[in-house]
Amino acid sequence: MVRPTPRPGASALLLLRYAALVTLSALFALPFLWMLGTSLTPADDVLDRFRPLFPARPAWENYAEALTVLPFGTFLGNTVLVSVLCMIGQTCSAALVAFAFARLRFPHRDRLFLLVLATMMLPPQVTMIPTFVLWTLPGWVDSLKPLIIPSFFGGGAFFIFLLRQFFLTVPAELEDAARLDGCTSWGIFRHVAVPMAKPALTTVALFSFIGHWNDFLGPLIYTQSMEKKTLAVGLTAFKSLHGTEYHLLMAASVVVLLPILVIFFCAQRYFVDGLASGAVKG
Amino acid sequence: MARMTARERKEARDALLFLSPWLAGFVLFTAGPILFSLFLSFCRWDVIRPIEWIGLANYRQMFQDRLLGTALVNTLVYAALYIPSSLAVALGLALLLNQKLKGMGVFRTLFYLPTLTQGVATFTLWSQIFDPENGLLNRGLRYVMAEPPRWLLDPAWAKPALVLMALWSVGGTMLIFLAGLKNIPAEVYEAANIDGARPATQFWRVTLPLLSPTIFFNVIMGTIGAFQVFSAAFVLTSGGPSNATLFYVYYLFNRAFVYFNMGYASAMAWLLFALVLALTVIQMRLGQKWVHYG
Repeated sequence: MVRPTPRPGASALLLLRYAALVTLSALFALPFLWMLGTSLTPADDVLDRFRPLFPARPAWENYAEALTVLPFGTFLGNTVLVSVLCMIGQTCSAALVAFAFARLRFPHRDRLFLLVLATMMLPPQVTMIPTFVLWTLPGWVDSLKPLIIPSFFGGGAFFIFLLRQFFLTVPAELEDAARLDGCTSWGIFRHVAVPMAKPALTTVALFSFIGHWNDFLGPLIYTQSMEKKTLAVGLTAFKSLHGTEYHLLMAASVVVLLPILVIFFCAQRYFVDGLASGAVKG
Repeated sequence: MARMTARERKEARDALLFLSPWLAGFVLFTAGPILFSLFLSFCRWDVIRPIEWIGLANYRQMFQDRLLGTALVNTLVYAALYIPSSLAVALGLALLLNQKLKGMGVFRTLFYLPTLTQGVATFTLWSQIFDPENGLLNRGLRYVMAEPPRWLLDPAWAKPALVLMALWSVGGTMLIFLAGLKNIPAEVYEAANIDGARPATQFWRVTLPLLSPTIFFNVIMGTIGAFQVFSAAFVLTSGGPSNATLFYVYYLFNRAFVYFNMGYASAMAWLLFALVLALTVIQMRLGQKWVHYG
C-alpha cells in the first residue's frame, strides 16, 4: 500500500515502531512456542538440555497419549459446562443489576452502588473459608455446583461496574421516547439498552468465559474426585503420576488453549472497541 | 424522605426486581460468610470437632507467629516489586498498541496470549525456563554473564523471578490502559500540536493526567491482586526456597486447608483485609491529589 510520506524520517520511524512491536511479540510468544515445541518432543528427549526448540521429528503421538492417559474428556466436559453456564449467568445477571444502577431511580441508589464496589475491594480469601463451609451444608462440596451457582447472582462487582458505564452512555432521549410509547423498564432494558451495549456484553461474556476456563483456585477447593475436576486443576495430575511428564502436560495444555485462542482472536476487536465505546474515535 | 409519586414508586419497584439477583447473592454468598468468618476468627475449629469460642487468642497468637511475619514481609516485598513494574510494563505495551498501524489486531492477540495461557501449564513452562542449568533464560544469560542467578532455587532471586513471570501476563491491565488511552479525545492532542508541544511533553502533560482515572483503577486493582498472590508459589515453588515465596494467602491456605486451623486462618484473613482496606483508603486519599476526572 502506497501512502504519501507526511515528513522526512517518517518511514524510518514507522520501521522502528514495527521493530519494537515484532521484537516484543516474539518475547511474548517465545514461551508459547517453547510450550508447542515441548508438546511435540519425544518422551526420551524432554529432559535433554541441548534439544532444539522444535524437535526434528515431531512426536504427534504425545497428543494422542495426553488425551487418553487421564480422563481428559471428563475434564473438558466439566470445564465447558462450568465456563458456558457461568458466562451466561454472569453476563445476564450483571446486565440486569447494572441496568438498574444506570437507568432507574430509587432511594439510596448511590450508597448501594458503593457497597457493590466495596465487595470488589474485599479480598476473596476473607470469605473463602466460610463460603467453603456454606457449600458443605447442602453437601455440595466435590461437585460443580459451588463453581456455577454464584454466577447467576449479580455476576460480580467488576462486571456490574463495567456494564453500568455502558448503559450510562445510552442517550436519555431514546429512553424517554420509549417510555412515552408505553415501554416498561423491562422493555427499555430488552429493546434499548441491551442492543446498544452489545460490544460491552460481548466483552463481559468473553472475560467471564476465559476467567472460568482458566480458574484454578475454585476447582482446587471444591472438587476432589477425578470425575469432577476441570482442566486447569486436572492437568496437575501429569505432575504427580511419576514425575512431571512435560511432553504430555504441554500437549494437553495446547489443546486447552486452542479453543479460547480462537474465541479471543475472533472477538478481540470487541475488547477495545467495547471498553472504549463512548470514546471519540480517531 | 420526600413522598414519591406513583411513577417513582413504580420505578423503584422495577429497580428492586432488576437488583434482586445481586441482593440475593449478597445475602446468600457474601454477607453471611463475611460475618461467619469474623465470628470464626474468635474461635478454634478443625472442621470435625465443635466450634469453640476462644476470644482474642487467635489474634494474640498471630503476633508470636514468626512464619506469619515472614509471609507478610514476603508479600510486601512482592507487592513493592510487582505493582510499579506491572503498571509501567502494561502502560508501555498499551502505548505501543495504541498506534494507528496495520496488523494491530495480531500484535494485540500476541501480547494478550500469556494472559490466555495462565494456569498449571504456564507455571510448569516457567519452571523449565527458570531452570538454572537447562533453562531458556540462563542459556541466553550465559552469553553475557558467567554465573546467571539460580532463580527459583535462590532465596534472593525467587521473588523477582515470580514478578518477572507475572509481568508476562499483564494483558488484562494492558487492555484497560488501552481503553483509557482510546478514551482521550483527539482534540486535546490537536490543541497540543497547535501549541507546538513535543511528544514527551504531550505524554507528561496530556496523556498521563487524562489517563489518571485509569491509572488509579489499575493501582487499586494491582494492589489488591499483589496481596492475593498465591497460585504461582503454590505450583512452582511450594513456598520455598527457605520460605522465600511463602506468601500471605499461601500460608493462610495451608493453615485452613492443610492443617484445618479454620479459626486461625479466619483471623489471618481479617488481618489481611484490614491491611488492604487501610492501603486502599490511603490510596484514595492520595488519589484526590493526582487523579483528574473530566
